[in-house]
Amino acid sequence: MTKNCHNDYKMKFTTDEEFPDLSLHNNHMAKVLTKEIYEKLRSKSTPSGFTVDDVIQTGVDNPGHPFIMTVGCVAGDEESYEVFKELLDPVISDRHGGYKPTDKHKTDLNFENLKGGDDLDPNYVLSSRVRTGRSIKGFTLPPHNSRGERRAIQNLSIEALSSLEGEFKGKYYPLDGMTDAEQEQLIADHFLFDKPVSPLLTCAGMARDWPDARGIWHNDNKTFLVWVNEEDHLRVISMQKGGNMKEVFKRFCVGLQKIEEIFKKHNHGFMWNEHLGYILTCPSNLGTGLRGGVHVKLPKLSTHAKFEEILTRLRLQKRGTGGVDTASVGGVFDISNADRLGSSEVEQVQLVVDGVKLMVEMEKKLEKGESIDGMIPAQKFVCDPQEEDKSIC
Amino acid sequence: LLKHVRNISRHRTFLNMIHSFSRILSSKRNIGILSLMGGSVAAGFLLQREHASAGSPLRRRYPASSEYPDLRQHNNCMASNLTPAIYAKLCDKTTPNGYTLDQAIQTGVDNPGHPFIKTVGMVAGDEESYEVFADLLDPIIKERHNGYDPCVMKHPTDLDSSKIHSGQFDDRYVLSSRVRTGRSIRGLSLPPACTRAERREVERVVVDALAGLKGDLTGRYYSLTQMTEKEQQQLIDDHFLFDKPVSPLLTCAGMARDWPDARGIWHNNEKTFLIWINEEDHTRVISMEKGGNMKRVFDRFCRGLKEVERLIQERGWEFMWNERLGYILTCPSNLGTGLRAGVHVKLPLLSKDPRFSKILDNLRLQKRGTGGVDTAAVGGVFDISNLDRLGQSEVQLVQTVVDGVNYLIECEKRLERGQDIKVPPPIKQFK
Repeated sequence: MTKNCHNDYKMKFTTDEEFPDLSLHNNHMAKVLTKEIYEKLRSKSTPSGFTVDDVIQTGVDNPGHPFIMTVGCVAGDEESYEVFKELLDPVISDRHGGYKPTDKHKTDLNFENLKGGDDLDPNYVLSSRVRTGRSIKGFTLPPHNSRGERRAIQNLSIEALSSLEGEFKGKYYPLDGMTDAEQEQLIADHFLFDKPVSPLLTCAGMARDWPDARGIWHNDNKTFLVWVNEEDHLRVISMQKGGNMKEVFKRFCVGLQKIEEIFKKHNHGFMWNEHLGYILTCPSNLGTGLRGGVHVKLPKLSTHAKFEEILTRLRLQKRGTGGVDTASVGGVFDISNADRLGSSEVEQVQLVVDGVKLMVEMEKKLEKGESIDGMIPAQKFVCDPQEEDKSIC
Repeated sequence: LLKHVRNISRHRTFLNMIHSFSRILSSKRNIGILSLMGGSVAAGFLLQREHASAGSPLRRRYPASSEYPDLRQHNNCMASNLTPAIYAKLCDKTTPNGYTLDQAIQTGVDNPGHPFIKTVGMVAGDEESYEVFADLLDPIIKERHNGYDPCVMKHPTDLDSSKIHSGQFDDRYVLSSRVRTGRSIRGLSLPPACTRAERREVERVVVDALAGLKGDLTGRYYSLTQMTEKEQQQLIDDHFLFDKPVSPLLTCAGMARDWPDARGIWHNNEKTFLIWINEEDHTRVISMEKGGNMKRVFDRFCRGLKEVERLIQERGWEFMWNERLGYILTCPSNLGTGLRAGVHVKLPLLSKDPRFSKILDNLRLQKRGTGGVDTAAVGGVFDISNLDRLGQSEVQLVQTVVDGVNYLIECEKRLERGQDIKVPPPIKQFK
């Protein structure tokens, strides 16, 4: 157990003196954190020394976001979710549609369970992508890890990824070691990630020591990409132009499982438990950590009065094509699953496949000047996406 | 004489505190007070304290060599001085509050260099940082302060403004005069490390003391969290309002945490004496006015500072200060006097003369644009101020600025008359 001198020193002040001013705040942490909870948690720290103030700093520093309700807290290690459960369980419940501390999360990376997904109209669906994150057991997370840990994560990742073969054979580009030519190519391919500028991330300490031990790995085909030490230990991305989500998801599942095998062999499997699924830095990415989506042209549907409602019922979300903090350009939207926790990878990608297919049909109808009122779907539920008239489980 | 007076007032303060205020009997502050009882005793006490109350070793699963930062692209004072050996020696140490070396150097690791200036690249989280991490901070201080050696030299403090002569500049050239410094409240951690409670305590202590200022120093406090829109607009118009730091030099050091909690601005009704609370330091104290009456600006500066000090001492507090490093502030570049005395001065002809930089160097002055440290000059108007902070007293530095600016104005006038100018001989570094 690590002694956290700074936290011991802080305990000399009362809860009232230390409690943050959240009067102008609108994020999940601010809605949940009471003085009672803070009082209970402030004397604790995880074995690696992460404290409740560390957890909430990003939420204190960032009162709100113009487009989305942010989470406002992060985990510093796997144990954070246990040690600070009084705070994180309600945050998780709010963020993940009422997910209870006793609920179990189902993991399903069997791509054969996905129905359809290979016939999304490429005239509308410009590209398909599935991403997730993975944390490596035995290391603390990006808000908290030291340079030594981050470098060890990088070394382990390089070793694991360089052993991949076939369609997964590829190369690692460390951020602080790439040539100018390599950098330009990665930018042109839209692969290069840069030092985070979002205060949501920088206030949580995730950009420390940049670009030390950060890098990008991708296969020679440029369809499978891994980010090392950005917001999570690993971000794994499968993508390609066009609408064949089935192929994208297959590559995703196969690649992930190969990588996991190798890490397990090194006695550093992925952080996972049956309550929270895959453990990641941000509570919003628990469960599958999966965002499966497409860039799709919906100029007519997106201006339809019921667009938002359709998305909500389909359990999908929209973003601009620049990512989470952007607006759409030219009627092209990034449409992806809204859920992460409480449903499996297959279920979530199924929602995307079915939902996007429906929306493209709607768009075509609107192009012909026809009404889509008869096509508006009923509310989808995550436990049984096939049966539309079942009540909430 | 002045130092003797200071020691007596400190001793009295010490006694007042022990007898009058039960709150200050927390071990933290007692340590702070006891440390001012004489040189070698303090040094010995501090050394013991570092081992006695620093707590268990840090979480360290990797050897120092695996943790040592990659500084190959870096050009700041920290990077120039942090050898792997020094890192290995200090990386497991903590101050009594738990502040670590990694935290202190984080800003320098995250910010390899600045286009115009060689940054320091390291901050202090508390007063004790300057002791616990002395093996790194002493050489940084020596480099940044042009050879001042904290191991052997003493820093003179002198706030007797009556000693300034020729301190009134030609108003046709000098548009405004300003003197600023910072002060830290002993017993509370500095902005990179302070908790919310400590920051709020700084605000309480200082605002409470400032309420006691009278006469031309009477004023009021505007808390960043409470001010009305009207007040905010007025402060912006007066160029008083400071905003959340955006410079990564500051944000990477953790100084913007919990913004705007416990931050605020105090100024006197005449708008000539201004105090920032909990920005980059506990307090930044500024005296200013339009025109060239630097003497009056410095008079008010000294008077105001001494009065504020008296008021906080009445309440059992004091400023962080020692005779090795002078006034203790967050950034090592502001140690000593923490003083920047300057003017906005019109030098259109002189600034185009190729000898301008050399003249400034020899006068131990620096130029900035009128927007501050990261800006360029506009319309031939420059911000001219002292280069040095540590190793000379406040009076010496302000006199240097006074003498230097008078010389620059003389040069400008000569150039106007078509006469030639001379580069003055370099001023001695430490007097």
